[in-house]
Amino acid sequence: MAKKDIELAIEARNLSIYYGDFRAVTEVNLKVVQNKITAIIGPSGCGKSTMLRAFNRMNELVPTAWAEGEVLYHGKNIYDPDVDPVEVRRRVGMVFQKPNPFPKSIYDNVAWGARVNGYKGNMDDLVEQSLKGAAIWDEVKDKLDQNGLSLSGGQQQRLCIARTIAIKPDIILMDEPCSALDPIATLHIEELMRELSEDYTIIIVTHNMQQAARVSDYTAFFNLGEGRTGILDEFGETDKIFTNPDHQTTEDYITGRFG
Amino acid sequence: MSTNIFEDNTAQSEAFHSNLSSRHRSGRIWHFVFQASTLIGIIALTVLLLNVLDSTFGYIAVEDEINPADLAINGIPIEQLHQIDLVWILEQNVSKGLFRRLESEMPWEERTREEIYDLVVARVVNPTVVDTWSLRESIFNRNQVFQEAAEKYPGARVEFKSWLSSAFLATPQSPEPERAGVRTAILGSLWTIAITIVFAFPLGVGAAIYLEEYATDTPINRLIQTNINNLAGVPSIIYGILGLAIFVRALEKFTSGAVFGLVDPTTANGRTIISAGMTLGLLILPLIIINAQEAIKAVPNSLRQASFGMGATRWQTVWHHVLPNAVSGILTGTILAVSRAIGETAPLVVVGASTFITFDPDGPFSKFTTLPIQIYQWTARPQDEFRNIAAAAILVLLALLLSMNATAILLRNRYSTKF
Amino acid sequence: MAQQTETITSHTAKSVVTDSFNRTLDLRKRSRWGESIIQAILFFCGAVSILTTIGIVYELGKESASFFTTQLWEQTNRTLQGSIDEFTTEFDVSTTGFSMEAGDIIRIGEEAMQVVAFNEGEGIITVQRGAQETEITSHRKGEELFSSIRVSLVEFFTSTRWNPQIGYFGIWPLLNATLMTATTAMIVALPLGLSIAIYLSEYATTRARSILKPILEILAGIPTVVYGYFALTFMTPLLRSILGRDVVEIYNTASAGIVIGILIIPMVSSMSEDALSAVPRALREAAYGLGATKLETAIKVVVPAAVSGIVAAFIVAISRAIGETMIVAIAAGAGPNFTFNPFRPAETMTGHIVRISGGDLSYDSIDYNSIFAIGLFLFFMTLTLNIISQRVVRRFREVYE
Repeated sequence: MAKKDIELAIEARNLSIYYGDFRAVTEVNLKVVQNKITAIIGPSGCGKSTMLRAFNRMNELVPTAWAEGEVLYHGKNIYDPDVDPVEVRRRVGMVFQKPNPFPKSIYDNVAWGARVNGYKGNMDDLVEQSLKGAAIWDEVKDKLDQNGLSLSGGQQQRLCIARTIAIKPDIILMDEPCSALDPIATLHIEELMRELSEDYTIIIVTHNMQQAARVSDYTAFFNLGEGRTGILDEFGETDKIFTNPDHQTTEDYITGRFG
Repeated sequence: MSTNIFEDNTAQSEAFHSNLSSRHRSGRIWHFVFQASTLIGIIALTVLLLNVLDSTFGYIAVEDEINPADLAINGIPIEQLHQIDLVWILEQNVSKGLFRRLESEMPWEERTREEIYDLVVARVVNPTVVDTWSLRESIFNRNQVFQEAAEKYPGARVEFKSWLSSAFLATPQSPEPERAGVRTAILGSLWTIAITIVFAFPLGVGAAIYLEEYATDTPINRLIQTNINNLAGVPSIIYGILGLAIFVRALEKFTSGAVFGLVDPTTANGRTIISAGMTLGLLILPLIIINAQEAIKAVPNSLRQASFGMGATRWQTVWHHVLPNAVSGILTGTILAVSRAIGETAPLVVVGASTFITFDPDGPFSKFTTLPIQIYQWTARPQDEFRNIAAAAILVLLALLLSMNATAILLRNRYSTKF
Repeated sequence: MAQQTETITSHTAKSVVTDSFNRTLDLRKRSRWGESIIQAILFFCGAVSILTTIGIVYELGKESASFFTTQLWEQTNRTLQGSIDEFTTEFDVSTTGFSMEAGDIIRIGEEAMQVVAFNEGEGIITVQRGAQETEITSHRKGEELFSSIRVSLVEFFTSTRWNPQIGYFGIWPLLNATLMTATTAMIVALPLGLSIAIYLSEYATTRARSILKPILEILAGIPTVVYGYFALTFMTPLLRSILGRDVVEIYNTASAGIVIGILIIPMVSSMSEDALSAVPRALREAAYGLGATKLETAIKVVVPAAVSGIVAAFIVAISRAIGETMIVAIAAGAGPNFTFNPFRPAETMTGHIVRISGGDLSYDSIDYNSIFAIGLFLFFMTLTLNIISQRVVRRFREVYE
């Protein structure tokens, strides 16, 4: 592998996250590369989602949650007291496990985020671009005024992705985006993720190891440490993690010995 | 050995068997008891409604001071007489003073024929209800009613009367039950409720949003929540006393309209619609808050997360996603709370509902009466006729409440979002 | 791994970039005045409830305090029979009028005196002059005597006579009537309400429940003044025809109590039913598995498991019965009357407040202050009951969630 200058999109440094007294994730150092897909895998309850939500401060919606350490975004720690979480979330978008379109029209689902974020350009164009970007335009272009909830699960999830890219984030966080979908819909989303990675940095949590192997460039393996806290066990290029991991635990997990 | 076991089993199962049948018997008895209790609840409701209907309709015996037939001129009954003849009848039969007073109120030429006819009936024929019978008696003992009336009031005519009529809805209070209506009370109720809604709805929904969307688990927020739950259990009359002390007395300048230069010359104190409305507002505030909290809680969290995840602020999330999806629940809960306020009587008595007013309320600073107050005052009268109009007023009140509840159910079914 | 960390080196240096949203990469907090103002307004909405409570306690407390501290002067209908100077301690007063006892405070003109002895037959009174630090002055023949009334807390809670106008301030006649109507109500509502709850939760089919529950809700939604009408025009005549017109008077606490009972049946049944249906299904299945019948499961397993919820329902129901106003105001009668006979009229605390405030009530009169004192007493009674029931419910929740 040639030595080239790789740009970082976001980086966690010594990050620990707590729910009240319980430390859910402990001292994670994780570097996320620009315009690549980073997968977070690991057994259930090891804090994968918590880690993901740390990148746009979504954990703060749980009243008892708090963080220690740094998350650097363009050199700025997003946990600094002068940082506005709302600003962070405008740059770091999120797609959730269960498709959750707003009970509004398809058009408004996409346009709403742009509108509250003060978008001044042509809204129709933005909606069309975003829906095309999420590879759902052809399916919905004739029924933009229909309720978003009337779509199928896979379409709903792509609508949610369209809605996220409409606000032009740098990074898209995906929290097991395919776990509620059938295999065909999953395939669509995976193809879409590869296309999106040309313009966006994607971090995806998945417990489907084939999916991580198929779509991601880098893989972070989380495991349960002492006191049931999540730790970053191993991080590296996906090929390496899946073929020749440094740690025995990583290999055990990937080959299905536990998890 | 095996026979022994068999014998043992027989003995045991016999013991079980006799025991079981008695257990089943007591089971059936208690099943009947439970079912009967439920039936009693339903019977109570039915009897209550029938009891109201029983007094609203029925035969009455009416005695006229002068038989209308005697007033006929040249064989033409008064119903068909010309205006001038009717005036003449009035002039002949009422005192000169009254005749002049009526004329000075409005000259005869300006009155319509119907008005003068009504005057003749009221002043000359002057019918009085001398006895009333319940609907039950009127249906099942019809002959007896007529017999009794003929014996006791030989000059009276017996007619079937519905105390609930369009005239009853349209006429104001009167000291005579036959001429009394609920117009003033209905308008008073509507005005009061309007104030209540304007006052309590924004406050209640605001408090619910605060508690559900903003409040973190701090002692002050816990105190607010506990306090709301406790306020919901305070007897309504306590709110009346509070309203008397604060709205009527302490804020008299404001609630009498004095600061706005709007003092009603007949009151000049704080016993006004606005005091009543705000008292009821405080009373139903905890209910509105609790109901609205339930509605807001029902909005799935995934929507809030999606909204925050797109960089929306808390208020944008609440305004664009939480409220639109909770609105039907909030409205339903509010309507239910408001219908409680419409039926409230005790706090308004304490705040100072007027005992007798005949003019329509014309704004928040008028004196007032309401439907339940009217029912209370009429029920407290000893004469039977007042019981009849109290029953009719109860029907009006129940119809009002029923239509509100129907609206609430419609709202719930129509706008409820499925997730 | 080591190689990796070497290659991944720099963060993008674009510190100020703008895009179509006109956003900069500035993540600093913006001052969002709108958001803060909205949050403050919403907090105020929540705080109104606290203000209401403070208002209740403050206003009721303030006026009650003046009820218990104000000295009122009552005419004795007696006058001085001769002029007295500053040193006279024994003088003649008219022989008719209200009685006085040794220890009473009386007032002539501006001067207060303490009665040492009073010979009612001859109208001779012995006093200690200048009581309550008033100035001792001479008084002329014909001046009137006033006697002092002051409400003592002891009298308030022990005396069985209530008539503030003539100086009797015992809460017991009112409290007794309240307890009688509430007890009657509970005798009606508890067994019926609990039976209905058991029927709905354990026996009724889904279909029956879907019909019965709305009917009970209607029963709960009818205004109390209508129940008052029902008590006076149906329940009282019914009682009179069963028990005899000479036994049951037109206004009586029994019929008011029974109708309050009917009013609170839906409340008892719905709260108890909630408690019963919160009992886990597994518990019922365990009982059936041991061969229990439906009744045994319901009575011996489900009801005991839900007992704290049921008790809470009962307590809330008692509090509601105590605070109920219109039914007693219409059907229980007017005038404080200390009686244990449920077929005689008696006035409850709430009924008294309604009757007194229904007429022309002038501020700071003894009647005006008295309704606040009664109100405060009522408020604390119901508040205590409500808090107890919440405690009970909370304990119940801890068990099953």
